[in-house]
Amino acid sequence: MTLVTTPNLTDADGFYAALLAAHKGRTEAESHALNAQLVLILANHIGDAAVLREALELAQA
Amino acid sequence: MPYDYRPYAYVPPPGLTVPEPRHKVVIVGAGPIGLAMALELANHGIPSVVVDDNNVVSVGSRAICWSKRSLEILDRLGVAQRAVEKGVTWKVGRTFHREAEVFNFDLLPEDGHQMPAFMNLQQYYVEEYLIERASAEPLIDLRFRNKVVAVSQGGDHAVAEIETPDGPYRLEAEYLTACDGARSPIRGMMGLDFDGELFEERFLIADIEMQGDFPSERWFWFEPTFHPGQSALLHKQPDNIYRIDLQLGWDADPEVEKTPERVIPRIEKVVGHGDFRLDWVSVYTFQCRRLRRFVHDRVIFVGDSAHVVSPFGARGGNGGLQDVDALGWRLAALLQGRAGTQVLDDFNAERVHGTDENILNSTRATRFMTPDDGVERLFRDQVLALAAKAPFARGMVNSGRLSKPCVYPLDGAPDDTGLPEVSRPGAVAPDASLGNGWLLPSLAGKVTLLALGCEAPTVPGSTPLVPDVTETLRARYLGSAERALYLIRPDQVVAARWTDPGAADVAGEIAKLWRQA
Repeated sequence: MTLVTTPNLTDADGFYAALLAAHKGRTEAESHALNAQLVLILANHIGDAAVLREALELAQA
Repeated sequence: MPYDYRPYAYVPPPGLTVPEPRHKVVIVGAGPIGLAMALELANHGIPSVVVDDNNVVSVGSRAICWSKRSLEILDRLGVAQRAVEKGVTWKVGRTFHREAEVFNFDLLPEDGHQMPAFMNLQQYYVEEYLIERASAEPLIDLRFRNKVVAVSQGGDHAVAEIETPDGPYRLEAEYLTACDGARSPIRGMMGLDFDGELFEERFLIADIEMQGDFPSERWFWFEPTFHPGQSALLHKQPDNIYRIDLQLGWDADPEVEKTPERVIPRIEKVVGHGDFRLDWVSVYTFQCRRLRRFVHDRVIFVGDSAHVVSPFGARGGNGGLQDVDALGWRLAALLQGRAGTQVLDDFNAERVHGTDENILNSTRATRFMTPDDGVERLFRDQVLALAAKAPFARGMVNSGRLSKPCVYPLDGAPDDTGLPEVSRPGAVAPDASLGNGWLLPSLAGKVTLLALGCEAPTVPGSTPLVPDVTETLRARYLGSAERALYLIRPDQVVAARWTDPGAADVAGEIAKLWRQA
């Protein structure tokens, strides 16, 4: 398996709005905490170490 | 009752009056590692002289958690039974965040092992038992209050200059093993330094004696209400002694924190009352560092003198005993002319590998326990928060991954796919009941050919073992295979295995163990 970098979300605009809504009204520290939990939850869902490594590389590129 | 420290007798060594002949091995340090080294060499027929600058056992409990593997090694040295009878055996660890349990582990969920997963026993007891054994062993010459003040090397020997209450003398040996601890004077004399990481964190370590009803488990807290924002650890030891570790932060003054006026109120908050006696207190910092090489010609570093790790994971004392395990049979064979000098390179490579695994685990645990401010703390705190609501995060909570033997990378060792992973080449042979005894003791100290479901071929330099194939043996050594032949080293590590005994070049593999041309 390799990292999907082409459009994959069924409703990209909807997810983007839901992400912002989740952060709405939070302090910066609370938002950081939320993001950290999201990263951990999604990483666990993906599971595959090679895919996660590609994602880490892409984010740092 | 506090431990009764009885001094061991100093006897003027012969070298004070006449030069001593060159010894086989001089062991510097009569701690658990030095004493184990002497007993292991004696098991292989090698005499040694053990020198120590002190004349009492470890002051303070220090190393208290002995792993299953260490107990298997101590069994070969004749002290495991006594230690297990005295010690507190345990296998369950619980980790709490504030009040709630967020993670627990069972280190030995299966039956069919002679030794328990872990045993807590104060280092002074382990040393006492080892000293008793060593004193009764004619091959061991144990010398207290003999302090090494200089070390040098010739082409085929090492020299130690010793100071005693009666003056100086000189000891020569074919090999010198430095088992003189984390602050190793020998390391200093040879101008060698550790590489690695020092963490800016301090922990208070305290032993208290009290009547308590804590179960025989390891309890670790992140941010407990009794010690806000920090970490804490509780371990049970024999004699109603409890070990408590408390994180202090880097700014703490170690001298001030060791005073009873500071320690007692902290402990009262942990246990909820003041009905205890303070037995021993120390303050330590975290280090995860090692020597680049453990073998320096005729001087070999073993245990803490070669490597140090942070204590959460019990990888210090246990790692040291595994060094002894990997060195004893090789050094003995080398001194008896049965092995090539490359066996010491094999020892070095294997224990550097094992040490790096210990350092990796220890560093990760330390980072989780004492995160830097900023993003390290953010992720740590969010793992703990997630652990309360999602099972996957519980396994990420890291309060120390407890010591287990590494699997040595034995490149090119014969192996057959399909045989169980747990007994692959490089791994310590898994224990199993043999009906009238246990497998591991019957493998100790010699090269064994373990034949399951087949005959053992007669190969010089090996001892056959052909037990009835029990269910446990089948699960741990055969899997779905009908037969298998295992070559097992004197340190009970699997060297090679075959499902077709007829195709096995056993003699060739034995020659490799000893590095015979």
